[in-house]
Amino acid sequence: MRRTYLDHAATTPTRPEVVKAMLPFFTDAFGNPSSVYSYGQEARGAIEEARTKVAGLIGAGSEEIIFTGGGTEADNLAIKGVAHANEHRGNHIITTSIEHHAVTEVCKSLERRGFTVTYLPVDKYGLVAADDVRKAITGKTVLISIMHANNEIGTIEPVEEIGRIAREAGVYFHSDAVQTVGHIPVNVDKFKVDLLSISAHKLYGPKGVGALYVRKGTKLVPLIHGGEQEKRRRAGTENVPGIVGLGKAVELAGQDMNREAERLAALRDKLTEGLRERIDHTHLNGHPKRRLPNNVNVSIDFVEGESMLLNLDLEGICASTGSACSSASLEPSHVLLALGLSPEQAHGSLRFTLGRENTEADVERVLTVLPGIVAKLRAMSPLSKTQK
Amino acid sequence: MPDVWSQYSQKVMEHFKNPRNVGEIENPDGVGHVGNPVCGDIMELYIKVNNGNIVDAKFKTFGCGAAIATSSMVTEMVKGKSIKEALKISNRAVAEALDGLPPVKMHCSVLAEEALKYAIEDYLNKSRNKAKRQPRKKQTQYGCGKSDE
Repeated sequence: MRRTYLDHAATTPTRPEVVKAMLPFFTDAFGNPSSVYSYGQEARGAIEEARTKVAGLIGAGSEEIIFTGGGTEADNLAIKGVAHANEHRGNHIITTSIEHHAVTEVCKSLERRGFTVTYLPVDKYGLVAADDVRKAITGKTVLISIMHANNEIGTIEPVEEIGRIAREAGVYFHSDAVQTVGHIPVNVDKFKVDLLSISAHKLYGPKGVGALYVRKGTKLVPLIHGGEQEKRRRAGTENVPGIVGLGKAVELAGQDMNREAERLAALRDKLTEGLRERIDHTHLNGHPKRRLPNNVNVSIDFVEGESMLLNLDLEGICASTGSACSSASLEPSHVLLALGLSPEQAHGSLRFTLGRENTEADVERVLTVLPGIVAKLRAMSPLSKTQK
Repeated sequence: MPDVWSQYSQKVMEHFKNPRNVGEIENPDGVGHVGNPVCGDIMELYIKVNNGNIVDAKFKTFGCGAAIATSSMVTEMVKGKSIKEALKISNRAVAEALDGLPPVKMHCSVLAEEALKYAIEDYLNKSRNKAKRQPRKKQTQYGCGKSDE
């Protein structure tokens, strides 16, 4: 059966050109970049080339890029790094109620160590109000961490406004941009961010590698000690093949980013409209306009997400849900609840995230298969009769 | 999430794909209504009783694959049993009949057992009072995700 992969916000396939660029650094060019002989220097050169490419895509200086073991590590380094380096100035952090766990859980761990954190609410579309950010700033605020776009609902936050507010207040601003870099324009000066997280596997690069942009002059305490690498900000022998892969992925993404975003947005709208037309009681989650070009997130009333996913999987379609029937807590997505959805609607959510290899045929396939699945599940749902 | 359902047994998948006894019974002798929307599982179980034997059982469920499979299985298990025998059906027995459930899904079998217990209790109350009563609604007391495992 043909597999229809529609979960690109979870991860993307590594592009063949990226794999090809990485391969020599496993074998012929295996040297340690810290070694002085030519093997080592070859690897060093490749890392610096990748650094230049990553910096170039986001309008940064190459000395402002730190390679990490992925987006989660970048978020950890940004938040803990700034918090601990600035403890003498204050202990207050501002973030939102819809961040990725890589931000939320870091904030919670800092709360256990004496920091106070403000989790700003969002409106029904998932937008944070810049004015709320301004009002939340106190004399003790050292960091604002607000994502560029939400991974579940695709809503794009007003980072430029927030950046301006942060700059005026003299507070560091971090943005988790793992869902946007390589997909829509990101510019660190335009956003006025001081720190920005990037993940390779969200943009057709390999897993286990990412980067943190750190504006020149930003004080940061490293998470990992033990060597001179990355200017002592991230010790450990560099993941050379991974870094080369990230560089190549970024280079390729930059070549046709706008064209691809336009193509995906058309597919996204076709899928959204099709689902609403063919399945009654279907609601779009997230902002109708200010959203990632590849993100469709809907709540389908009276049915539960995992049972839909399971049926889709039987048809070869890979998607995702904000229902958490298989996680230990069983409580639905914190993002969907923050929008004001009822637990039933959050449990009835489906996320489709499109990518490079998807075509109209994939959208058509979902639109053909899903209505039948929903009808079957609604026929056995006790909610259908009570709420219809 | 796929790693969870790759842990689903073939029997769970079979009952998920072709659930038995879906629907409601008109004028049921007992109804059990359990679950909690916060946890994402709501189950309704209907029974028809004749001479102290459960002659028919049907269900309606909002929930994950395991919730649907356990609902289907418990209705299969109670049909033809006496009330006394049906009361002995435990959540473990339901899970075992499905060749096991992933640990995080054991709560679904607890729901199935509870739905059955409440349906029987509803039947016993009705037959005691003779007069028709509203089916008793019950929200599970434990928090999401807990089970007796």
